[in-house]
Formats: sequence, C-alpha cells, structure tokens
Amino acid sequence: MKIQLDQEKCVVSGQCLLAAPEVFDQRDEDGIAFLLTESPGADTVAEVRHAAAVCPVLAITLED
Amino acid sequence: MTIQEFPMARAAGCPFDPPPALHELQREAPLTRVRLANGTTPWLVTRYAEQRALLSDPRISADVRHPGFPAGASVDRHRVSIGFVLMDDPEHSRLRRTVTAPFAVKRVEAMRPLVQSIVDGLIDEMLDGPRPVDLVQAFALPVPSLVICELLGVPYTDHDFFQDNSKHLVNRNASPAERREAFQIFNAYLDDLIGAKTAAPTDDLLSQLAARIEAGELARAEAAGIATLLLIAGHETTANMIALGTLALLENPDQLTLLRETDDPKLIAGAVNELLRYLNIPHGGRRRVALADIEIAGELIRAGEGIIMANDIGNRDPSVFTDPDTLDLTRDARGHLAFGFGAHQCLGQPLARMELQVVYGTLYRRIPSLRLATSIDRIPFKHDGSVYGVYELPVTW
Repeated sequence: MKIQLDQEKCVVSGQCLLAAPEVFDQRDEDGIAFLLTESPGADTVAEVRHAAAVCPVLAITLED
Repeated sequence: MTIQEFPMARAAGCPFDPPPALHELQREAPLTRVRLANGTTPWLVTRYAEQRALLSDPRISADVRHPGFPAGASVDRHRVSIGFVLMDDPEHSRLRRTVTAPFAVKRVEAMRPLVQSIVDGLIDEMLDGPRPVDLVQAFALPVPSLVICELLGVPYTDHDFFQDNSKHLVNRNASPAERREAFQIFNAYLDDLIGAKTAAPTDDLLSQLAARIEAGELARAEAAGIATLLLIAGHETTANMIALGTLALLENPDQLTLLRETDDPKLIAGAVNELLRYLNIPHGGRRRVALADIEIAGELIRAGEGIIMANDIGNRDPSVFTDPDTLDLTRDARGHLAFGFGAHQCLGQPLARMELQVVYGTLYRRIPSLRLATSIDRIPFKHDGSVYGVYELPVTW
C-alpha cells in the first residue's frame, strides 16, 4: 500500500494521527498532518484505511 | 406530497432522540425538501453517506451572505462578523490556519494535566458545597470557560469577569440585545488583551495572534474576531455535552457503571465518541448553499439552493451504526458527524474530546452516588437553542 496526503486540504482535525499514530504526525508550527512513512507495514493497513475514511476533507488517498 | 416544516419537534419522553419525523424522512429518502419559518424550501439531507459527500463537496458554500443560504432562527446573524465559520476557502483556510497549532493532538494532550486539575478543583468545590446543586452552573459551564481562559491566555485576575460574562451569553432569560452586548464585551476585552500581548507576549494563543498582527499576516480586528469565535464555539457546546451527557448516562445506568468502573483510556475515548454520536447537540443541522448543480442520490440540487445536513439523524443511520438508537459506549462510533465533516469540521474537536474524556473519566468515579435531584420530566431542555442541551441539571449524591 502507498499513501498520498494532500497537505493543502488538511484542516488539522487530528483524525489521522488518532487512527494511525505510527503513520501520521502533525507539524509543530501549524498542526498540518504529514506522513511518517509512505508505505506502511501490513500490520497498520486497517488503521490507515480508517484514517483515510474519517479524514473530513478526504486528503488521504491509498493505492494498493 | 406535502412539504414538512423544519425544524421538527422531539417526541415527549424521548429527550435524547431526534424528532420522529426525521426518522421517517430518513427511511423514505436520503434527501427531501423541507419548509423553513421564512417560507423557503431548502433540501434536508438525512442519510449519513449523502451528508458526508455533500459536506466534503467543494461545490457547496458556508457563506451566510449568499441569498440562497438556508438561514433560520438557529443561525445568529451577528456571527457573520466573527470570522471563518461562515466563509469559504481560500479566505476560510487562511484565517483558520492562523490558529490550528494549539489544536494539534500532542499540544492538546499536553494540556490534559491542567484540565484534570480544573475538573478536580470544581468537583472538590461541589463536594464541599450544599446539595442539591445545579451541575450546569457548578461544573458544566466553568470547565470549558476555565480551559478557554488557559488556551487564550486570559490572566487569572480576569477569570471571574470571564465566567460572569460567559453566563450572560448562554442565559436563556437574556434578550438577543443582552446576548449581543455580552458578545461585544468579549470582543472588546479580547481586542484589548491582544494589544497587551503585543507589548508583552506570553506563551498562549492570543500572543500568537498578536505576533501575526505584528508580522502583517492578520488585521487586529480579524484576530479579535478569531479569538471571540474560539471562545463562543468552545463554550456552550462543551458545557452542553457535559450536562446532557451526564443526564443520558444517569438514564442509562448500565452504561454509567461501565464508565464509573474503568480507568481504560481507550474505553473512555470510545465513550466520548459514542456520546457525541448519540447526542449530536448541534441539532439545527449544518447549513450550506449549492454553488453549482449537484446530482446526488437521484436528485438534482440546483445552484443557489439551500442544503441542511441533519447530522443528528445522520448519526442514527442504521446502515452505518447497528441499533443506532441505543447508547452503547463500547461500539466504534469514531465515524460520527457530531463535529460536522468537510473543511469546516470543528477546529476545537481534539480539545473538546480531551476535556470530555477528563470529565466523563473523573466525575462519576469521584462522585459514584451522583443522581438527579428531580425527575427527568422537570428538566428544562434547550429545544429552542441552536445547540441542544439542558438549562439546569439539579443533582445530588
């Protein structure tokens, strides 16, 4: 799985970080989300899918 | 088919459930026309999937000044002047991003010990005071008020003024003019305080806004408007979740027992999400206007038509939440729409979640015999407000 995150869309809901803290983090200066890894391990796939589903601006897209 | 009036009334004896008419409309179709008090007939969206799709659609606008905007009694026109809630991108995003940093998850977590001490202090005062007590005045309102003081950087000596003026904002006996006056007092106070923080910055949100004014990124009036918006948006909402949530738990004693007997942060976090889903206090719906023709669920929403997303009924959509009218603190309710969806989703949600986790995780453990001091049919509910809740909650122990 490969993740893309559109930071222009991010509204700092923090939902991705709550869903998958091993994969998403937030910048100190403004809280905008960033990826800790673009290719998460198999053990976090379910969490990443949940993160993509609850992102309020659909900024997270997944490629299998 | 006749067009129903919106908003509708809740059923007697079911204070936690959306109006029965909303359940019927949801069963019939994902969206339908309703009639507002001003005679206009915007779309009412009742199902979860369509609410999410429309709230995240860039072809809808939150701009209350648009002639097609479905304004109702629950939309305060004076809020037009106070910032980005009722604006569209890119202006909305420019202003919102000036205040996102303190709402990042880790920054909010760093405030947890402080919130815990505020909550413990208020419970100590309640336990030392007379019984019964109104939980709204003694606890539900002061918690968010004191947290916002800390977030903004309101000096301790002003906390009493801050709490007193907050009460005028939510006083049901206050006239619209009196509420507007309380609002303007806060706006002027925060504007002054931003001035003081410009001269002598401290580590808080108002000082960060002051720095942005100095850097030419924000006008002073914009900064004061943003600070006032954060105060208003984070105050009555959290207070209502505390008081109404407590009442819902007292009426569901098996669920209250779950919460009282756990110190598992995951269970408490899940309980907060479930109470947010179940109670969905912004019961006037999220209101928008279409900027282009939008085809959805076999209907055509035309450019310029109003759209109301009734998230209270969306959160009871049986295709998303099994047995949706049951309060079940152990379910996975993370996908609820109580904070809205799309670019305007609640900015304060990480803070609200944390405050509610501390409150729900502390209050019933420290006062295990907490109970209503009256019968539920004597509790005054905020049927008329833009945010649902209770005006008073007499409790004893």
